Amino acid sequence: MDLSAINPLLFVAGFLVAATPLIFAAIGELVVEKSGVLNLGVEGMMITGAICGFATAVETGSPLLGFAAAAAGGAVLSLLFAFLTQVALANQVASGLSLTLFGLGLSALIGQSYVGIKPPRLGDIDFGPLVDIPVIGPILFTHDIILYLGIALVAGVWAVLKFTRAGLILRAVGESHDAAHALGYKVKRIRTAAILFGGACAGLGGAYISLIRVPQWTEGMTAGIGWIALALVVFASWKPWRALLGAYLFGGITQLQLNLQGAGVAIPVEYLAMSPYIITIIVLVVLSADKSAAPASLGRTFHASN
Amino acid sequence: MKLTTLMTSAALALGLASGAVAQDKTKVGFVFVGPVGDGGWTYEHNEGRLAVEEEFGDKVETVFVESVAEGPDSERVMTQMALDGADLIFTTSFGYMDPTINVAKKFPDVKFEHATGYKRADNVSTYSARFYEGRAIQGHIAGSMTESNIIGYIGSFPIPEVIRGINSAYIHAKKVNPDVQFKIVWAYTWFDPAKEADAAKVLIEQGADVVLQHTDSTAPQAAAQEAGNVITFGQASDMAQYAPKPRVSSIIDNWAPYYIDRVKAVMDGTWESQDTWDGIGPGMVGIGEITDAVPADVKAEALELKEKIASGEYHPFTGPINKQDGSAWLAEGETADDGTLAGMNFYVEGIEGTIPE
Repeated sequence: MDLSAINPLLFVAGFLVAATPLIFAAIGELVVEKSGVLNLGVEGMMITGAICGFATAVETGSPLLGFAAAAAGGAVLSLLFAFLTQVALANQVASGLSLTLFGLGLSALIGQSYVGIKPPRLGDIDFGPLVDIPVIGPILFTHDIILYLGIALVAGVWAVLKFTRAGLILRAVGESHDAAHALGYKVKRIRTAAILFGGACAGLGGAYISLIRVPQWTEGMTAGIGWIALALVVFASWKPWRALLGAYLFGGITQLQLNLQGAGVAIPVEYLAMSPYIITIIVLVVLSADKSAAPASLGRTFHASN
Repeated sequence: MKLTTLMTSAALALGLASGAVAQDKTKVGFVFVGPVGDGGWTYEHNEGRLAVEEEFGDKVETVFVESVAEGPDSERVMTQMALDGADLIFTTSFGYMDPTINVAKKFPDVKFEHATGYKRADNVSTYSARFYEGRAIQGHIAGSMTESNIIGYIGSFPIPEVIRGINSAYIHAKKVNPDVQFKIVWAYTWFDPAKEADAAKVLIEQGADVVLQHTDSTAPQAAAQEAGNVITFGQASDMAQYAPKPRVSSIIDNWAPYYIDRVKAVMDGTWESQDTWDGIGPGMVGIGEITDAVPADVKAEALELKEKIASGEYHPFTGPINKQDGSAWLAEGETADDGTLAGMNFYVEGIEGTIPE
């Protein structure tokens, strides 16, 4: 065992990166679910974002344009879900699942000519002298702008949901779409907007994997992160900061267990490998003891005639 | 991933209704653990499938289901293939071993071929390649080239096939560099690019300047490229898009001749249950081009090692070799028997850490 092999600074910086795709996907889905819609297509929107972002970044040479395209790609795909569930009133679970399947297939098709290409690198933000602050500098001030955007997004969603009228309306739609409708709010329009936001966020999360975390394009490369984001939203009791905490816990313990393995720690590897899932679940379940319930209209189809 | 397979099997079931026309065609099914575009393991199996189609043209029909989870899920996929009229089914991952045996019992007339396992039946053959021969060459290059003397190894699951590779690489790295140290990280997945990249990054952060992988995607190559002065080896497929550096050589699985051979046997009615385990000599294991990033003398030694292994003059597991606990395994000049290799569940002397149970 040689714990000195683990560089704590690199470790923390590493897990902030590892958690970022999860943060984007989870915060997007959180808004969608707060509006009363269950979109199980996160994985499909992520992988679509991953390839749209990758392809655009490679073609234009600009990673930021890539991220913009990823958000657009995820949103366009989610529009399909919005059409199915809000206009055609299809079952949300089935529509979400098919969105994942469709996204996986579509991304594989678009991605065929992008295998083995190295994408342009998104540079870290230059914080100047801040980087030289011991410990905090290398951990907090050596990242790309998208990572900070993820954290800002969590803060933004939290503030909007808690303090603004728009947030109140969104929550009202999610709690009781009939009441919101009776008050004159356009339930479908609000939900469609939430779905688009969720799609854009998932797309950004996917592109963060293909452009920064790995960085390359491989078919099916999100490998289940979308599903973890879905679970995270539930375990976080639909609260933005808890979702952030859950993502950091999950990302952090995943990185930690890899680091411990590399350092040869004498804990059996199988326990290390399962620890991210177990610890994240335990912490969030304990936190959710305050009985925060799901949005009451979650997953229910709305039609004005009901 | 489960859902992909669910839908694919539903599609297969639909095919059942309409597929009864072409009775004379030999139908061959393939069950893949990752997507065919993984650029590694599954990619090469799919190349083998395409070679079968090329060889037999109209006389054969192939079907495949990709990203099938190991375990019970795969059993359903195989059952569906058998119901759909497959004559021969290749199941291409270690974790399909018990499911293959179970399904084979239910369909005695269907032939099964399981890759990398050790359980056979009258209608179940096993086949694998001696990847450890290629690992010996990788170990030689890695041991010669490392400057930090730390070699990172990304394992998938602690199964004999992977452990064999670690031992073989270690023995040959140690031979040229007595100070070499292996850091082994188990990813517990065959295919998860983000996790594989993370594992590679962690190893590099902990000082490794060579990363060997036994997982299926090219993600560790991308991570090594990003990190700079690190070398890697293509796994299962050439991964030449990362040459000349980080990827300095590779192990290439060449399944095509075997698949063609076995499909032909089914057509001729000569198929019998057997166990095939071929290496560099017969061409089932190929060594990808050693790039110029490798010093010329190391490259020459590696090629010489390859020739000796191919001709049978040298066996990568030749004594004296002790087990990790110091007990004797192979005496001076003694070579390992296939039975021990097939079930290898121990590290050789010098490797640190324990194998997960």
